[in-house]
Amino acid sequence: MLHATELLGADVNDAQGNFVGRVRELFIVPADHPGRVSRILLGRGRYQPLVARYDQVAAAEPGKLSLTVGEQALEPFQPNEAWLAVGKDLLDQQIIDVNGRKVVRVNDVNFDDRRTNGNVELRVSQVDAGVQGAARRLLHGLLSPAAIRRLQQRLPSTLLPWDFVNLIEPDRLRRVKLRIGSDKLNLIHPAELADIVEELSPNERNSIIESLDEQTAANTLAELDDRLQPEVVDTLGREKVGDILEEMDPDEAADLLAELPPETSKELLEELPRDDAQEVRRLLQYEERSAGGMMTTEFVIVGEDAERDEVVGWIRGLDLNADQLDTILLINKQAVLAGAVTIGRLLMSDSGVQLATLRMDPLVFISPDAKDKEVFEMFDKYNLRTLAVVDANQRPLGVITVDDVIKHLLEKK
Amino acid sequence: MPELPSNGQAAGWPSRFSRLRAQRRHLWRRFALFLAVVGPGVITSNVDNDAGGITTYSVSGAHYGYALLWSLIPMTIALYVSEEMCARMGVVTGKGLSDLIREEFGFRTTFFLMVIGFLVDLGNVTAEFAGVAASMQIFGVDKYIAVPIAALVVWILVLRGNYRQVEAIFLIACTFYLSYGFSALLAHPKWTETLRAVVVPHFSFQTDYLLTLTALIGTTIAPWQFFYLQAGFVEKKVGPKQYAQARLDVLLGSISCMLIVFFIIVCCGATLFKSGHTNIADAAEAAQALEPLAGKWAKTLFAFGLLNASLFAASILPLSTAHVVCEGLGFEAGLDHKFREAPAFYWLYTALVVIGALIILIPGAPLLKILVLSQVGNGVWLPVVLIFMILLSNRTDLMGDKKNGPIFNTVAWVSSVIMIVLTVVLLYEAIVNPSSIGM
Repeated sequence: MLHATELLGADVNDAQGNFVGRVRELFIVPADHPGRVSRILLGRGRYQPLVARYDQVAAAEPGKLSLTVGEQALEPFQPNEAWLAVGKDLLDQQIIDVNGRKVVRVNDVNFDDRRTNGNVELRVSQVDAGVQGAARRLLHGLLSPAAIRRLQQRLPSTLLPWDFVNLIEPDRLRRVKLRIGSDKLNLIHPAELADIVEELSPNERNSIIESLDEQTAANTLAELDDRLQPEVVDTLGREKVGDILEEMDPDEAADLLAELPPETSKELLEELPRDDAQEVRRLLQYEERSAGGMMTTEFVIVGEDAERDEVVGWIRGLDLNADQLDTILLINKQAVLAGAVTIGRLLMSDSGVQLATLRMDPLVFISPDAKDKEVFEMFDKYNLRTLAVVDANQRPLGVITVDDVIKHLLEKK
Repeated sequence: MPELPSNGQAAGWPSRFSRLRAQRRHLWRRFALFLAVVGPGVITSNVDNDAGGITTYSVSGAHYGYALLWSLIPMTIALYVSEEMCARMGVVTGKGLSDLIREEFGFRTTFFLMVIGFLVDLGNVTAEFAGVAASMQIFGVDKYIAVPIAALVVWILVLRGNYRQVEAIFLIACTFYLSYGFSALLAHPKWTETLRAVVVPHFSFQTDYLLTLTALIGTTIAPWQFFYLQAGFVEKKVGPKQYAQARLDVLLGSISCMLIVFFIIVCCGATLFKSGHTNIADAAEAAQALEPLAGKWAKTLFAFGLLNASLFAASILPLSTAHVVCEGLGFEAGLDHKFREAPAFYWLYTALVVIGALIILIPGAPLLKILVLSQVGNGVWLPVVLIFMILLSNRTDLMGDKKNGPIFNTVAWVSSVIMIVLTVVLLYEAIVNPSSIGM
């Protein structure tokens, strides 16, 4: 294994053993190979810098590199945006540790050296974000590489496999050129992703959110610090934000729009499909700290005389997130709230049973204008997970779920 | 099929699982929210008038009366120009100063800067506890009681405190600086004379005068404040759009900082200097000497101001330093992490508070020397930080069209060069004639 610290600044000799220059930069060309050092920049003082290709390296060891060819076979250096520079773009920069779900700073980069027909290929194996790399950076040139290696064996290692890091490139175009995908980021829980991008600079943050798929972007944006939402929306562009809003729950969309300048949110609302926009508008009417401000308008509702099997069959046919389903609201023929049935009760009941017989006692609900404190008290008193919000005629408007309650409680604290 | 209601929005139950995300409103971030109200510029400048600062201002007022007041206007300009660079870097790049140094100058440079910065800041923290000891002695409380309690209060306030309480305490602390304004009023200075001294330069090439001037600049423009200020704007998530407000905040901070300096110098100048008590050694002595000249209240207010300033800075400095060092070196930092997750951060923080307090508790610890030494540390450290700041804020790739203009660069370089020259003079004196700087 070799380290970037040992290779940067290394002496380079050509096939005849003549000194050519010193390694100034190692380039990965993601378009050719995701982890191979494809180009090596050789600085030669006041002479023009040259570039060695990966198949022109005969051997690599700490502080020393030898080539399979003579100096005249090397190309002159042309800067290329699509090349990832290990020294400039990786060392000392921040990257996302996909496994650890956090932002870390790169202390060193480790390479595997692979011997293939007559030459040596360097491939990035890990990124060092720990004290080993730090010690190497500090001591390099002061102690011999062997002494440093002995020392670092006693230090704890913090190595991230190259496949599980995501680069933070603030320039969107360059992000594409470097083929920095977002597939790894899409695997991170949106709440954790929001925490990650909050730590980054505005440009980095915007470029990452823009690269996410719409569903992940929607969930991440909903989780983002309120103060950052307007700025991200501003830089993403109307079209992208419109797509993201469509992916959001109405209540989340309303929360987001409430943070934006009135004009922006008006424009965005006009771009939403009419049904969605109407719902979001209705939610926006309510005070943030009222039952209406906490509720979502998406819930499952059935007639009270429906039978258990019918309902189960019908719910299976719906496209919904099973993890979130815990209560079904019942209504009578006049569409008035008639009860609530938990999934637990439904599961335990016999097949022919009418839902009305499963409903919980007493029937609890709240008006959208009720204060948040009343909501909290009701959840506490009745041990609820879901609470129906009804209009003046006791018709269901939406539900408040326990996760919203916890969120508001924490915000209050 | 069950009947669908007439208004039936029955369908989706989409992914809202993420709502349960823990709202990690840890102290540092909540601290930033606090800054959103008051402004990092004002806070930074207020914290900057700490124990060492107040000592220097009192001593220079007592020794030279109003003769150093003229330096306040150039110092305000230098303070504003340097702070504005940091504010601008924070706003444009969204990164802290130690982050930028790390990304642009590499690990080794950052490492040495952080080690030196830590040591200099440790000197400052020690000086804050010295200020606590000195001011509490005026109120008749022994340092062996006052300092451990202060350290514990600081430690608990930051690590265990409810944010609302901390915020209230800091806000009140800021207004307490006005006690120096009242002290100055009680001293009944001739205001026309003081204002004339502010505008009309008075220069002397006596060694003592130069040393006092150096100390004055060194305490007013403290190097750690730049890291703190920039982090303040970054944590506050101030973007380029709010740059104008950020600049105004820094300007207000610089001016209010200098007003306090003005009041302290005037207070001591109008009483101690005029009556011949020019040989005071520190702020506590100044407070004691004020009593027969300006009354008991002037003394109490003066001592209280010193206590307030010391505690205020002692609360913020260790936290800020631990953050800066950890961020620069890539360790986990922040109070939202558990001890196990961010051991470096917690150890640094605790070490600063504990060592700082312990040094003061050594029997016969030379409080004044510690204060002076910490100021010397700041003076040596400042030009280094300034040069890094100037280099960074001149980078087009980082700052775009918001990089330094020619006027800014001129003022910044001139300040740096003056600081370097004065520091060399100070160091030379410290080596050749240690007693001249109070040692």
